[in-house]
Amino acid sequence: MKPAIRGIAVNTFRESARNKMFYLLVFFGILFALSSKLVSFLTLGDAMKVLKDTGLAAINFFCVLIAIFTGINLVYKEIEKKTVFNILSKPLSRDEFIAGKFLGLALTMLTALGAMAVIFFAFVAVSGGGFDLGILLYFFMLYLELLVIVAISLLFSSFTTPILSFIFTVSLYLIGQVMWTFNEFKDYLAIPLWRVFTQGLYYLLPNLHKFNIKNEVVMGTAIDPWSVLFSVLYALAYVLALLALTVLIFRRREFQ
Amino acid sequence: MKALEIKGLKKSFRSNFLIKKFNILKGIDLDVEKGEIYGFLGPNGAGKTTTIKCIMGLLSPDSGEVRVDGLPAHAAAARQRIGFLPENPYFYDYLTAREFLLFSASLFNIPEKEMRDKVAALIHRVGLSGHEDLKLRKFSKGMIQRLGLAQALVNDPDLLILDEPFSGLDPVGRKDLRLLILALREQGKTVFFSSHILQDMELMADRVGIILAGTIRRQGKLSELIARSTQYVEVVCDRIAPKELARIHPDHALRDNQSVLTLAGDADVNLVVESIIHSGGRILAVNPVKMTLEDIFFSEMAGGANGVPTSQSNGTGAPPNPSTLGGKP
Ligand SMILES: Nc1ncnc2c1ncn2[C@@H]1O[C@H](COP(=O)(O)OP(=O)(O)OP(=O)(O)O)[C@@H](O)[C@H]1O
Ligand SMILES: [Mg+2]
Repeated sequence: MKPAIRGIAVNTFRESARNKMFYLLVFFGILFALSSKLVSFLTLGDAMKVLKDTGLAAINFFCVLIAIFTGINLVYKEIEKKTVFNILSKPLSRDEFIAGKFLGLALTMLTALGAMAVIFFAFVAVSGGGFDLGILLYFFMLYLELLVIVAISLLFSSFTTPILSFIFTVSLYLIGQVMWTFNEFKDYLAIPLWRVFTQGLYYLLPNLHKFNIKNEVVMGTAIDPWSVLFSVLYALAYVLALLALTVLIFRRREFQ
Repeated sequence: MKALEIKGLKKSFRSNFLIKKFNILKGIDLDVEKGEIYGFLGPNGAGKTTTIKCIMGLLSPDSGEVRVDGLPAHAAAARQRIGFLPENPYFYDYLTAREFLLFSASLFNIPEKEMRDKVAALIHRVGLSGHEDLKLRKFSKGMIQRLGLAQALVNDPDLLILDEPFSGLDPVGRKDLRLLILALREQGKTVFFSSHILQDMELMADRVGIILAGTIRRQGKLSELIARSTQYVEVVCDRIAPKELARIHPDHALRDNQSVLTLAGDADVNLVVESIIHSGGRILAVNPVKMTLEDIFFSEMAGGANGVPTSQSNGTGAPPNPSTLGGKP
């Protein structure tokens, strides 16, 4: 990798890693994941399933939170504090800047998720669950989802304020969770134009629900390897498209 | 080839909602020769920073051309040989000075290994020794300014673009910076710096360009600029009645019980002196006064071209018209 891109990526990672908020969120993620033990005591049914179910949900929630918060602030802060002057006056293209930022964010998320995952694995093992390959797959798919979220927040961050970025990103995230209903909904639409429109939205908006395989993992049902492969390709294509859009916007920007 | 060449550079900003257009740069032409120190002089709001941002590709001009060493300014390659110090720099406060310089070097694709030894020398060069591992959060304004300079030198640039490099520095820092800039010229580097402080220019610049309200009003060798500009001659005398003096020369004033006549540079001094002696006056001094850069600057700001300074002008250059100080368009 070009030292310039790596430099931006490492610095981006360093910025998150030296932020107290980051540790706080990782800490809470772990805390809530571990408190799933309590929930499993309090509910009826298979204690292990409940533990996995609530634990993974907690990790998911906090990782998404970290992804959104770090993503929406990063580029905006560089522009606001004018550190971007110093970077873009170096022989580095704006595309490389965005690439470096994204890689740094990806590294940040890998660290956050990694820390939570390792502790949760140990916790499940100690609680008598043994090693569960399904959970590993779950984390992998979650990571793909986080990359998409990070790319979305990076896109907004490159042209609007953190508050608006937050609103847009959260909206897209929530829509992404219920995307599957679009397909069913469409069949009830009488007007063909509406049907085309819903279909279009279905392909355009991020179908984040695809990445969530918690139910399959917890219930132990079989996971279709083709659908996993499809998800990987989907995430890759989606992230690349978002980055391309971000770069197009960022190239035209002026820094006053 | 010129180190820096700007032709017909225009830049406007639109207000919110694109209603009103402000023309900030109205056709800047300037050129910087290799190996010289170029002072970019102008009052607040004249457009110095805007011009520099166009040079660095942070703003894209409406029209005109900016070439750095022959390359168009928006090309990334043009920035490989430039060191840039932004106005009022701010750097990541969570980094230490060393980390920051290594990071800056990486943006020039200089590998960290190669840079590690150079960092200490660079930090020493800008007078920050001992602060290598201090977080930038704890740096004072002047220290940040010094680090900004170190950061601009990280790629051993041929051309340095410094926006208000002296701001925030104490007298020692100013002198250090002056010596550093002169040393850079010795090494054959080109330095382009902006300032509104005339002393900085007079002490260092080989050539200056004066920008006012978005246009270059004058450009040239400092020595020529000063020599070419109209000089005037002061004739100091006493023992002569003001009425008498008024007959000899209309522009006269009283200073410490002595009369001072201000003559245009090309006036017949002999005739005036003879007349004074003839009227019984005593000649105390005849001083040819050259215009300082400051006088040129203020006469430009007053909108006048080469106006002879009035008798109030005493070389320290009180602004003829303070209301134009803002110099805003
Ligand atoms: N984004 C902007 N929108 C509108 N006007 C702007 C913008 N940026 C700068 N200006 C105007 O452009 C003019 C020139 O600004 P610039 O920063 O180039 O001045 P300067 O010569 O660097 O002044 P100083 O000595 O104070 O640093 C000012 O009148 C300023 O108000
Ligand atoms: Mg300025």
